[in-house]
Parts: sequence; structure tokens; C-alpha cells
Amino acid sequence: MSTAAASADFTLPKVKTDWLPILLVPAFMLAALPLVGDPSTWVTLTVAALAMGMMIFLMASGLTLVFGLMDVLNFGHGVFISFGAYVSLIVLVPLADWVEAHNVWLNISVLLLCVLAAMLVTGALGWAFERVVIRPVYGMHLKQILITMGGMIVAEQMIHVIWGASPIPIKLPETFRGAFVLGDAAMEKYRVIAVVLGLTVFGAMYAVLNRTKIGLLIRAGVENPEMVEALGYRIRRLFVGVFIAGSALAGLGGVLWAFYRQTLTAGMGMEVNVLIFIVIIIGGLGSVGGCFVGSLLVALIANYTGFLAPKLALISNILLMVLILLWRPQGLFPVAKR
Amino acid sequence: MSDALLRLEGVNTHIGRYHILHGVDFTVPRGQLTMLLGRNGAGKTTSLRTVMGLWRASKGRVIFDGQDITQLSTPEIAQAGIAYVPENMGIFADLTVRENLLLAARQGDLDTARLKWIFGLFPALEKFWSLAAGSLSGGQKQMLSIARAIVEPRKLLLIDEPTKGLAPAIIMNMIEAFRELKRSGATILLVEQNFTAAKLLGDSVAVMDDGRIVHRGAMAELAEDTNLQQRLLGLSMDAHQ
Repeated sequence: MSTAAASADFTLPKVKTDWLPILLVPAFMLAALPLVGDPSTWVTLTVAALAMGMMIFLMASGLTLVFGLMDVLNFGHGVFISFGAYVSLIVLVPLADWVEAHNVWLNISVLLLCVLAAMLVTGALGWAFERVVIRPVYGMHLKQILITMGGMIVAEQMIHVIWGASPIPIKLPETFRGAFVLGDAAMEKYRVIAVVLGLTVFGAMYAVLNRTKIGLLIRAGVENPEMVEALGYRIRRLFVGVFIAGSALAGLGGVLWAFYRQTLTAGMGMEVNVLIFIVIIIGGLGSVGGCFVGSLLVALIANYTGFLAPKLALISNILLMVLILLWRPQGLFPVAKR
Repeated sequence: MSDALLRLEGVNTHIGRYHILHGVDFTVPRGQLTMLLGRNGAGKTTSLRTVMGLWRASKGRVIFDGQDITQLSTPEIAQAGIAYVPENMGIFADLTVRENLLLAARQGDLDTARLKWIFGLFPALEKFWSLAAGSLSGGQKQMLSIARAIVEPRKLLLIDEPTKGLAPAIIMNMIEAFRELKRSGATILLVEQNFTAAKLLGDSVAVMDDGRIVHRGAMAELAEDTNLQQRLLGLSMDAHQ
């Protein structure tokens, strides 16, 4: 076979690694150190922020893929967070002894069972939600917003019917209570565990997206779904799979968020929904890496502002979003779109 | 060698309320390179997209390899053996060259011998194997989009304006690559505005105007008849330089 050399086109392209958004995270941390003053307080605040960021990432990562892949605005994503949190009661109530037991393995088991139950139920709920609520409104953004918000309200009322309208307190398993003390800095054990769990899930997602064919298809589908179909793959099946996985991840995030707050309320998903949308807009719609960095930034600014200027805490995230969008109108890591 | 691999029979396509194709009839003989020519807006891209099922034919039939594929979904049409290179190339900019090709290899892993052949056609792809496709030049992106279509053997290649916007040197490389593809026995339907490239490559030709086929025949005949070119394509003598 002969060679048709394309030698005339051999200029070496420059590989662009976009470090700036990633460097924002340590830059934020370091900038906060002199403002906070006390290093031990800074460590405590930073660990708390990282834990919160990981939980937000878990809750938001599915939504950003769903938007990127099928252009669906799912304002009902909070449903899966709330349901995930409440489903943990199915495990926590009958296994209350395991929660109180001074046994690391029983404590870890009860947490893992909560996570497993939440992910199974919210994954199934996600499958039903996609079929009943999302599918009839593909390509219709306004209807998507209205129907998914409606779906979330209905789901919230279902939680009231099943578990009652009053907030339900839950306890952390014994092992995860208290704090690690390093010098003068106290880091809540549960927050450290949340950081580890979040990093593990991010690592797993990164591996799936970058090292498997399914991951390739998802990344390609986010960028150009029509071309993925033209290559012979059924994008709709892929989307349903991603929707289920995203719902299950939101359920996992819901469980962690519930233990973080130690109270269950039906509206907890809706409350965190705003934060999730800020994160996926900051990160760049459809970008998992952007979602990760965005989650950390949002959590860091919320925690530092909460300590330094509590009155600004409520608007700090909106301000962050405005500043980032002024800098990069399509988010930190814009995904090349169709 | 001349039996039809693809046949369009009275195909009509609407995009929204616009009626774009008006009873398009043409065939693509097996093992040949068929040129689809016409002015801008004549319906060439719509014809390719209709074959791929990306836009639905409202009337008429698309027959591929003896099978009516008019109502099949795009993935089913691709699985039937048609590869499509769109006008905008459709490469995945965030994926590397390797990942773009891997995605097109539906059977699984990339075939080493075939990959070597592709690198022979487009050496730039080997050089930039691990780079994000978005960082390639326009010509390299076009090479990647064609390589993706041939990374596994397909019965028919639909290629939409592969030389559009490319430098003359790259166009000549492209023409060489298509000649090699022809020698390999590939059946190709090529939409092209560059008449010089069309003359060099085409075995047969169909010319479109206003959503209809206005001429069918051998490319050699059209290449020799300047009056016909003038009438069908509005070509000036510059095109023959």
C-alpha cells in the first residue's frame, strides 16, 4: 500500500494543558491563610471545605454529564439527593445497634449499606424519572425546567407521605464521631472520610471516563452526540445509563450530606440544587473535571466567607460564579459543543 | 463491479417546513468513487444526511446493499456498513487522535495492520497519536475524520467536502489518499466543490441543483464537456487550470 504523505501539514501543534483553573484551588487556600490568621483554624476550615466540596461534587457530577450528553436541564436532580438521604433510614433504623457499636467494622458496614441502598433506590428512581418525566420533553428546555421542577415537588411530597413531614435526626456511626487533632487543628473524622470517599469516586469516574470505551463514548457524546450515532452507537441507551449512574451518585451524595447535616428534611435536595447548578455552570456544562474544581471552589469560598464575613456568605457563591463567568463565559473547562 | 451498492429512489426530505430534496434518484456503483456535485444549497449535504438517517426522507426509498434502510435509525445504518464524514469533520476535539480512532473501531481494538496502512495514508496521525484532536490543524483534522471512517472496513464511505478550506498541498495529499482508497476497492460517495479534485477522482458523477438530480453519468464525460460543466455547475474556465 502506497504512502500519501501529508508532509506539508507537519507543524507540531502545541498541547494546551489548562492549569489556571486547577491552580485556583490552592491559590484560594493560600490566599485565605493570612486572612484567617490562625493556621489551626485555617486547617479546620479547609478540611471542612474540602469535605463539603467532595459531597457537592458527588451530587453534581451526574447532572453535568446529563446536561452535556443530552442537553437536558434537570431541575429535579435534588430529588435523588433527598431520596438517597431518606433511604439510608431503611438501613439505619433496623441496624441502630451497629451505629452505636464500638466496632469499626460494624460502623463501616452500616455506612456502606446506607450508601448501597441509596444508590440502588436512586438509580432505579432515575431510570423511572427519565422514562416518565424527561423523555417526553427532549429538546424542549422550558418544558424540561417546568416538568422536572414539578417532578421534584411531587417527589418531596412523596417523602412527606412515606417518612413524615418533620425533620428526622440521624446519628453518625460511633467510629466517625469526634475529630482528629493535629497540633491545635481539629479535623472532624467524618469530614476526612468524606474527602477520602469523594476522591475515590472522582478517581473512579476519571478512570472510567478516560480508560474505558464507555467513558470514551460519554466524553464523545457530550461533545457531539450526532457523530456518536453516526459511528454506530445508540446515544439514547448511553444517556439512560448515564442518567441512572448520575442519579445513583446523587443518592450517594445525599447519604453523605445527610450524615454531614445529621438531619433529614424533604427539602434538603432542593436546597442544595442551587449550589449544584452554580457548580456545574462554574465548571463548564458537561465537564466532570470542571465540576470537581467548581465544587472545591464553591465549598472553599463558602467556608472561608462564613468565617471571615458571615453576612457575605449567602452571596459569596453567586459572586464567585459571576467573576468566573466574566473571566470564562463558558465556565472553567468549556466542553467543545455541537 | 457496476451493480449499485446504494440507490436513492424518489427521495424527498423536509427540514422543518422547508422542502429540500425533491425526488432525488441516483445510484452509487459498488467499488467506484461517485462524485456528487452541485452549487451551494443544491441538496448534496442533505442527501448524505438523509442516507445516514440524520434527516428522515419524507417520501421515497434509500436502498443499501439490497436492504431498504429508509426507516432505520442512524446507528443501525452505520452498523449496516456505511461510514460518514460530515462537512464539519465531526471529530471529537477533547479526545486524542488514538481515542477518536478507537471509538470508530466498533469491533474492539484497533487492527495493527490496518492502522499501519492508515498511517501510510496520513502520517501526521501517527506523529500526533496522543494529542487532543482539537489541537490539530485543519488538514490534520480532516485526515483524522477520514481515518476514522476507514479504521475498520466499511461497505460505503460518505464523505462531505473533504477538501473544503484546505491548502493546495494538503488537497493533493487528500487526492492521493482517495486514490489509494479506490485502489483498496472502497466504494465512496464524495461530495465535492473542487472540480479539479472531482475530475481526478470520480468514476461516475451525479449533479444536483435545487434539490434534484440534473445529470448522471461518467465523470470522464463531464470532465471533457466544458459546456455541460458551465450549464450544470456554472464553472468558469478557471476551474480547468
